[in-house]
Amino acid sequence: MSMMMAQSKSESQPIPVTPPRAAVAPGIKMEAKGLKAWFGKSQALKGIDLPLAENQVTAIIGPSGCGKSTFVRCLNRMHEVVPGAHATGTVTLDGADIYGAGTDPVLVRRRVGMVFQKPNPFPTMSIRENVLAGLRLNGRRPADAAALVETSLRQVALWDEVKDRLDRAGTSLSGGQQQRLCIARALALEPEVLLMDEPCSALDPIATARIEELIHEIGQRYTIVIVTHNMQQAARVSHYTAFFYMGELIEHAPTDRMFTQPSNPKTEDYITGRFG
Amino acid sequence: MRAPHTDREYEAELALLRQRVRAMGAIVREMLVGGVRALVDGDTVRAQAVIDRDEEIDRLEVELDEQCLRVLARRQPVASDLRLIAATLKLVTDLERMGDLCGSLCERVIELAAAAPQTPAGSLPLMAAAVEAMVLDAIEAFVTGDAGLAEQVLTRDDLVDSYFAQLLGELFADMMAQPAAIYRATRLTSVAKYLERIADHATNVAELAVFMVNGEDIRHRHRSRAPRI
Repeated sequence: MSMMMAQSKSESQPIPVTPPRAAVAPGIKMEAKGLKAWFGKSQALKGIDLPLAENQVTAIIGPSGCGKSTFVRCLNRMHEVVPGAHATGTVTLDGADIYGAGTDPVLVRRRVGMVFQKPNPFPTMSIRENVLAGLRLNGRRPADAAALVETSLRQVALWDEVKDRLDRAGTSLSGGQQQRLCIARALALEPEVLLMDEPCSALDPIATARIEELIHEIGQRYTIVIVTHNMQQAARVSHYTAFFYMGELIEHAPTDRMFTQPSNPKTEDYITGRFG
Repeated sequence: MRAPHTDREYEAELALLRQRVRAMGAIVREMLVGGVRALVDGDTVRAQAVIDRDEEIDRLEVELDEQCLRVLARRQPVASDLRLIAATLKLVTDLERMGDLCGSLCERVIELAAAAPQTPAGSLPLMAAAVEAMVLDAIEAFVTGDAGLAEQVLTRDDLVDSYFAQLLGELFADMMAQPAAIYRATRLTSVAKYLERIADHATNVAELAVFMVNGEDIRHRHRSRAPRI
């Protein structure tokens, strides 16, 4: 026994320390400062200051109507598309204000892609055409379309499932596959930031797990902002979490800390289910 | 006072959990108080009654473990709820071991009474009183979520350790002076060790209370080493 113990001691290696998800302080890819947004006279955001860490996943949580979807739609100038909607304050992308004079919203949206709640492949297009649709709408013709389709579909782990039926309609796929197709369509434009507005709320648990796995994968190369009603999902996929309530940012913290030791009592009440 | 959970069934589950923790803590307190009283009085009937209560502690340990696992599986608790469950899973082990140590203490009381009933002399009553107070306050701090009281408990373990060292010296001196005292002194040495261990478990409970309330892990910051025997 003592020999075994001595042997195991001599062979023992230092136990690797599991680093927290955000082990290295990342840079700031985007940052909102004093961001206010309105729908007509109704104010949806009341002055948000929130940095978004580069190549990290930030989850936005909060009850319905708290402004979380409005916030992400301000990040790629989609908010102003709604009639009567406007925003003030600044949102920087690599330090440059995307609301600055002369900034083309189309160029902003190319760099800041978006995936929506309900999978929305173009119904009249094939799987292949759907992947290329974003590029074509932007007037770009890729040098090697076939390679781009394959790369984009591989990034979302859909290639092996659809490589033999690229000409079939995008809508012939299951809901989870359609959502991954929509993510592939967004990634084909090579964005730097990907906004995901409740991307799994219409999916079953298996399809949800695949999307979450995908977020882990691509989250190392893209700055991702995900809006979710599912707090367990926020806890699973994100490095940072921001809690919005009634148009205000209540707390922004590393996710591990947010779900074990939130500092604001409103956050505590919301995530433990004590609201309403 | 924090608002209740929107899901009233969940609120009731956590209330039941707290209620069982309180019940288990109360039994441990009663076992310790009964054990010390039995020791001081040489009361074997009381000692046996304490030993018999260990089954209640064991049952509550299993029930609380099961209940915590159910909440984890069904509710995915976070923040203060998660800390309550994580702390309770550890707390029950400390309480169960305290119960076992009270039982062992009472077994020594019965042996001592059979040999030659004598009032334990020296530092033992002082040590027992200090341990009793630590246990009462540590459990109170946990069930009421009083981090200040828990922090205060943590400062008292050193006093128990110093009583323990003092008592060992007294008992060794007895044994060296009169070999006839060895039987009694070795049993009292065991009793002192049980009390010292119970104080360590009370320290664990106080640390868990601080973690549960503040989310701060303060383990291994307050410990001084008790003499090894």
